[in-house]
Amino acid sequence: MTARDPAPAPGSRGVVWLGAPSFPDAARIALGDTRLRANLKRATATIRDKRVAVASELDDWEDLRDAAAAIKNRTARHLDHYLVRLEESVTAAGGTVHWACDAAEANRIVTALVQATGEREVVKVKSMATQEIGLNEHLADAGITAYETDLAELIVQLGDDRPSHILVPAIHKNRTEIRDLFTAEMGRWGQPAPENLGDDPRELAEAARRHLREKFLTAKVAVSGANFAVADTGTVVVVESEGNGRMCLTLPETLITVMGIEKVIPTWSDLEVFLQLLPRSSTGERMNPYTSTWTGTTDGDGPTEFHLVLLDNGRTDTLADEVGRQALACIRCSACLNVCPVFERTGGHAYGSVYPGPIGAVLTPQLVGIEQAASLPFASTLCGACYDACPVKINIPEVLAHLRAEAVEAKRTANRLPTAEAVAMKAAGKVLDSPRLLAAAQKAAALGGRAVARDGRIGRLPGPLRGWSDTRDTPAPPVESFRTWWRKNKEGER
Amino acid sequence: MNSRDAILGRIRTALADVPAGEQPHDVPVPRHYRRSHAEPGEDTVALFAERVADYRATVTRTDRAGLSAAIAAALTLRGVEQLALPGGFPVELLPAGRWQWHTEPLDIPGLDALDGALTLAAAGIAVTGTLVLDTGPGQGRRALTLVPDYHLCVVRADRIAADVPEALARLDPTLPLTFVSGPSATSDIELDRVEGVHGPRTLDVIIVDPALPEQP
Repeated sequence: MTARDPAPAPGSRGVVWLGAPSFPDAARIALGDTRLRANLKRATATIRDKRVAVASELDDWEDLRDAAAAIKNRTARHLDHYLVRLEESVTAAGGTVHWACDAAEANRIVTALVQATGEREVVKVKSMATQEIGLNEHLADAGITAYETDLAELIVQLGDDRPSHILVPAIHKNRTEIRDLFTAEMGRWGQPAPENLGDDPRELAEAARRHLREKFLTAKVAVSGANFAVADTGTVVVVESEGNGRMCLTLPETLITVMGIEKVIPTWSDLEVFLQLLPRSSTGERMNPYTSTWTGTTDGDGPTEFHLVLLDNGRTDTLADEVGRQALACIRCSACLNVCPVFERTGGHAYGSVYPGPIGAVLTPQLVGIEQAASLPFASTLCGACYDACPVKINIPEVLAHLRAEAVEAKRTANRLPTAEAVAMKAAGKVLDSPRLLAAAQKAAALGGRAVARDGRIGRLPGPLRGWSDTRDTPAPPVESFRTWWRKNKEGER
Repeated sequence: MNSRDAILGRIRTALADVPAGEQPHDVPVPRHYRRSHAEPGEDTVALFAERVADYRATVTRTDRAGLSAAIAAALTLRGVEQLALPGGFPVELLPAGRWQWHTEPLDIPGLDALDGALTLAAAGIAVTGTLVLDTGPGQGRRALTLVPDYHLCVVRADRIAADVPEALARLDPTLPLTFVSGPSATSDIELDRVEGVHGPRTLDVIIVDPALPEQP
């Protein structure tokens, strides 16, 4: 049972999958997978319609978005204050707070906490933060088995696969593939799948229930993420659907929660905004089936030991960028993935990160450094659908454009010799600066362009421009530029 | 330097653009959103019943006099006999019959052997069709309504808040809270919603209207 990905090396931040191809290469492969594209198209269309239906039930949706964005902005601008407050409240309620600068430190902390209990197995609630740091792999290296209990995460784990979506990580798999996987793999992890398992989702969910039941009832240690943590009260919130979260949060003796530092919100009443926006934006429901909130430990109910691990892992770097910091407002609803024309065609794996889609394209490069994910800011058409769908109003196109400039800058400083692109841009700058040069260039382009055009279109551009024209037609330049036309026809009329 | 100080130091460096004198409350939060999405004068109890039913849970409305019969009818329909009964549940409401009521202490295997649980609720939320349990009298600890496969929940009409903001204002965040909107569900397979995964696969709700008298 070895996971495909190694545990992150010391000093590494995880997040991205080592050795994953750059987005353009990965996208090309994904686009050739017709089954994947059919799965994605059906799934994203379904969830888009549901989201729009329940969001439009609330005529103050935009007011809720404004409030959510403002609460997140207030928190980000005073993050130190709120984290210290959270630490005080959680500690006062009987919990223990740990701070982790990076993935390696968070993994060390969690592993030591599990080892202190003497247990060799943990049950897990679906958590992006623990995916990000590669916790399961790290625990495996220490001889501890982590069981994913969310149905989709279980599918990913049994298939030795990677998640492809924030909300529904196994969206790239259809029911038949899942049935085959359950039949082949469940027995190696515990309770095997029933004989002659069908591929009806109801039957598959039932198989997962039976497979995990005994683990829930006997687990002594659970690991979770957090959707929110309230600074004022120390209350931690987990939003889920299946009840696997409730199982993990209430039955074991020890609960370890790993939470990105940006998940803190100021007050209990601030939750009223997010508990309305999140379920409607993510699953398209008025409310998700189960939301659990707990404050430290409670005598006679739930875990006797609660640990909260506050994770930085690149978040303070993101915070330092005045344009990019808004990405920290993300509540991981995945609405942006479901409306993105690029994601719908490439799927999540192409992004090479646990955070795929539009939010991944702005979050991943900021968490790991632009040079580690230089192609991601370009993995977008900048159509803006993600910004419209985002419940916390992250202006993803603005951050993408900002990161594109950074990616170019990073390339420039990394290369001693300028790239062909940089040379071309420099030349273009000179030409655009000078009316005389521009007129000459336009004339040359008009002549040259019309010579190679067919039906007013140029299919293939020459030389280094070919890369651009491989996927696009270029309209043939007009016979004369506007400036020339003006001089001829209008100049004398003033 | 320990990690706590390192992270807090990095945050302060990252926020160099924030004026030194700025307090958290100086950052404005516009709250123009509605306190409730129920229409003025709307029957929130009827709305609650409708929205709970949307999740494929069964909803019954009864008055105090009909409550025992409503409980008996639900249990009979579901064919459950062994039930967890939390401390503080008003025993005079229990129907006479073949049902076995199991009270604490109950360990996890003991809970797992039962057919279901019968509880009260701390609150309801009409617009979202949500029940909230806060482990108070008649609700039991969280495992009670989680491990058995059937949950029958009795909610007083006067405990039903119109919408999320009002409900949160009524609840005590220092208690462990569970918000329940229908039976457990998943959409993980082809986004096809399936009710009944790890939590109770069946949820029945009885609304008591007018309300029960306060428990002493």
